[in-house]
Amino acid sequence: MLSRAADALFWLARYMERLDNLARLIEAAQSMAGVSSEAEEWRSALTAAGVEELYDDAHPVVTPDLAARFLCSGPSNPFSIMNCLELARVNARAMRTALTRDMWEAVNQGWLESRTLDERNFSPALLAETLDWVRTLSTRFSGAYETTMLRNENYWFVRLGTFVERADSTARILDVKYHLLLPENSSGVGGMLDYYQWTSVLRAVSAVRAYQWVYREEVKPWNVAELMILRPEMPRSLRACYDNITGCLDELARIHGGKRGECHRQAGAIAAELRYGRISDIFQSGLHERLTDYIDRTRELGDQIANLYMR
Amino acid sequence: MRDFFDDMHGTDGDIRAAYRTVAQWLAETPHETLATKREEAERLFRRVGITFAVYTEGADTERLIPFDIIPRVLDADEWAMLERGLKQRVAALNRFLGDVYGPREIVRAGKLTDAHIDSHPAYCAQMQGVQVPGGIYTHIAGIDLVRTGADEFYVLEDNCRTPSGVSYMLENRSVMMRLFPELFARVGVAPVARYPQDLLATLRSVAPGGEEDPCVVVLTPGQFNSAYYEHSFLADEMGVELVEGIDLLVSDKKVYMRTTDGLKRVHVIYRRIDDDFLDPLAFRADSVLGVAGLMEAYRAGNVTLANAPGAGIADDKAIYMHVPEMIRFYLGEEPILKNVPTWDCANEGALAYVLDHLEELVVKETRGSGGYGMLVGPHATKRAREAFAKKLRQSPSAYVAQPTLALSTCPTFAGDKAAPRHVDLRPFVLSGADGVRIVPGGLTRVALQDGSLVVNSSQGGGTKDTWVLRTNGDR
Repeated sequence: MLSRAADALFWLARYMERLDNLARLIEAAQSMAGVSSEAEEWRSALTAAGVEELYDDAHPVVTPDLAARFLCSGPSNPFSIMNCLELARVNARAMRTALTRDMWEAVNQGWLESRTLDERNFSPALLAETLDWVRTLSTRFSGAYETTMLRNENYWFVRLGTFVERADSTARILDVKYHLLLPENSSGVGGMLDYYQWTSVLRAVSAVRAYQWVYREEVKPWNVAELMILRPEMPRSLRACYDNITGCLDELARIHGGKRGECHRQAGAIAAELRYGRISDIFQSGLHERLTDYIDRTRELGDQIANLYMR
Repeated sequence: MRDFFDDMHGTDGDIRAAYRTVAQWLAETPHETLATKREEAERLFRRVGITFAVYTEGADTERLIPFDIIPRVLDADEWAMLERGLKQRVAALNRFLGDVYGPREIVRAGKLTDAHIDSHPAYCAQMQGVQVPGGIYTHIAGIDLVRTGADEFYVLEDNCRTPSGVSYMLENRSVMMRLFPELFARVGVAPVARYPQDLLATLRSVAPGGEEDPCVVVLTPGQFNSAYYEHSFLADEMGVELVEGIDLLVSDKKVYMRTTDGLKRVHVIYRRIDDDFLDPLAFRADSVLGVAGLMEAYRAGNVTLANAPGAGIADDKAIYMHVPEMIRFYLGEEPILKNVPTWDCANEGALAYVLDHLEELVVKETRGSGGYGMLVGPHATKRAREAFAKKLRQSPSAYVAQPTLALSTCPTFAGDKAAPRHVDLRPFVLSGADGVRIVPGGLTRVALQDGSLVVNSSQGGGTKDTWVLRTNGDR
């Protein structure tokens, strides 16, 4: 297939996944209202979204309303939810023939719906409803490609985009909150504030229920870290993302007659670390250091994928 | 007597044999049913149309060309004659192109001058002396025909560059088969669905020598081109890649496309971009649609371009009038399809005649297309004719004139009844190294306004499905 098509499908999936992650980040920040410093919560959300500097250029202070609007539709934010949707559609349209009709309709229909939104839809009163709608966009999209795409190269590039984006997002969300998860910062097990803050991390990755099912005990920081980094059954954990990434890359290698590249080696190395790693070792070598390392290596992996297939 | 020959009623009003079944069907089908079917057709087209319209942000696009549900019918004998004539004409056009870019025998025979050829805007100097596979320059030609009587067909225009419209021919048919399956069962209609396979076979046949499994691609200017739908449709139907300039690169005078498997050699390019934009090194330097070095690879014989650059010199309105002579000169045959008599206003005597007879002539710009910049004398006001005469005197060589033809009509669903409307026909002629392929039929364009002779979609024309009968109508 054309390199340009692979590139378009990969980025289409990344943007559709990213807007979903942004919606979760905003919801997590909102849930902390009245519990901790609001400005701090929203600043973490802006940092996790990678737009903190852009925000500071546009606004002198962080307020929940301004930050939420900036993340949703800020005109000076190229990675706002609305811009991600726009970029997703540009990629979809460029390779319309590589998409199934259902996929195209999921993206295009969502885009058409977004055209009917205005300022009010991002106001505190309607924000929750708008975010619910945003989250349906990526489930509609992933539902469409999982159920209608032929399992050929096109499919594996779309899937690859989804999981590379998700790995990046999970690592960023955890990193922004890493200080909360360090044992020495805990104000004593069971402290109310800690409990809410750890829960907010889980909420940002939609894992509050999952935590209960896996651990069946009160929320503890190292469990949260383990769940999000190492547990294979948690669909947004780094481990699960990398298992999927290596799976996609293996399929692509198979389709290309066994041809592998640097991206296969790098993805395999990270996946093995995650598979055989222990959470105590990760804490020992520094949670923040390890998370920034994963963020950097995921970015490098994206470049290597492009090197092998998209140039 | 009617003023115009009608495809269904002839000139005397009796139903012609080819239309017997269709006329019966029209008579026995209540108009309400036809109206419902027409709405259904519109819905079907709109569904595809919406898909197309979003490419261009909902602007009025080609895809929304009105469609008429009453088919235009030709019987087997009529088609056989047209087919012979089309093959002959396109063979002569290809021979002419080979001669223009080769030995120039036609100049030596005194029928055209070197200056005439070299100064032509569509002449491509880079093509001089290039050997093309099979001697084919216009692999896909669209020949516009009109009818004026039972046996009277005229060629109105040749299209030798990148004629479009074939996707309408195919989609019109599939919509009609969906709407009126029972009618297809009663009338034996020759199928057109094999066009994409014929096109692929034609393109493969002209691959650079010795290539057993040539790679064919369709080159499009991209999603914002008005014919993008057709480009992606044809690529899809042929099962080949639809590429843009940025997907291709030239290395060591060979063309490659960038794929996820690395560079892949390309042998034949069905290009739907104009000559000027093909290669920024050879033509317009500001072109971002083309591929740098493409012409060099082409001249080295490592890739085939269809149609060949410079093929446009054969379809210009000033060259048009020489086509019958070309047929005699290159093939030693009498032309089967007639040309419309044409006055070249560059010629003084002709100009005087044209100025004297403006009210009965159609005057066209030599380089114009799409029905723009023309004067239909009998329908123009005196004032418009005078204004046009002024333009004509200023730059006579930019114009040719033809008599107003009594274009045939075909029953067309107009509001609540079938009424005669003028039609033309564009069959598509595929020329490969292994022979000529023509699917029976073509694109029938219809002027939807009562009395209008202009069928161009840009001027409010519509389309019809064209049925070629497997047998003659009277059998």
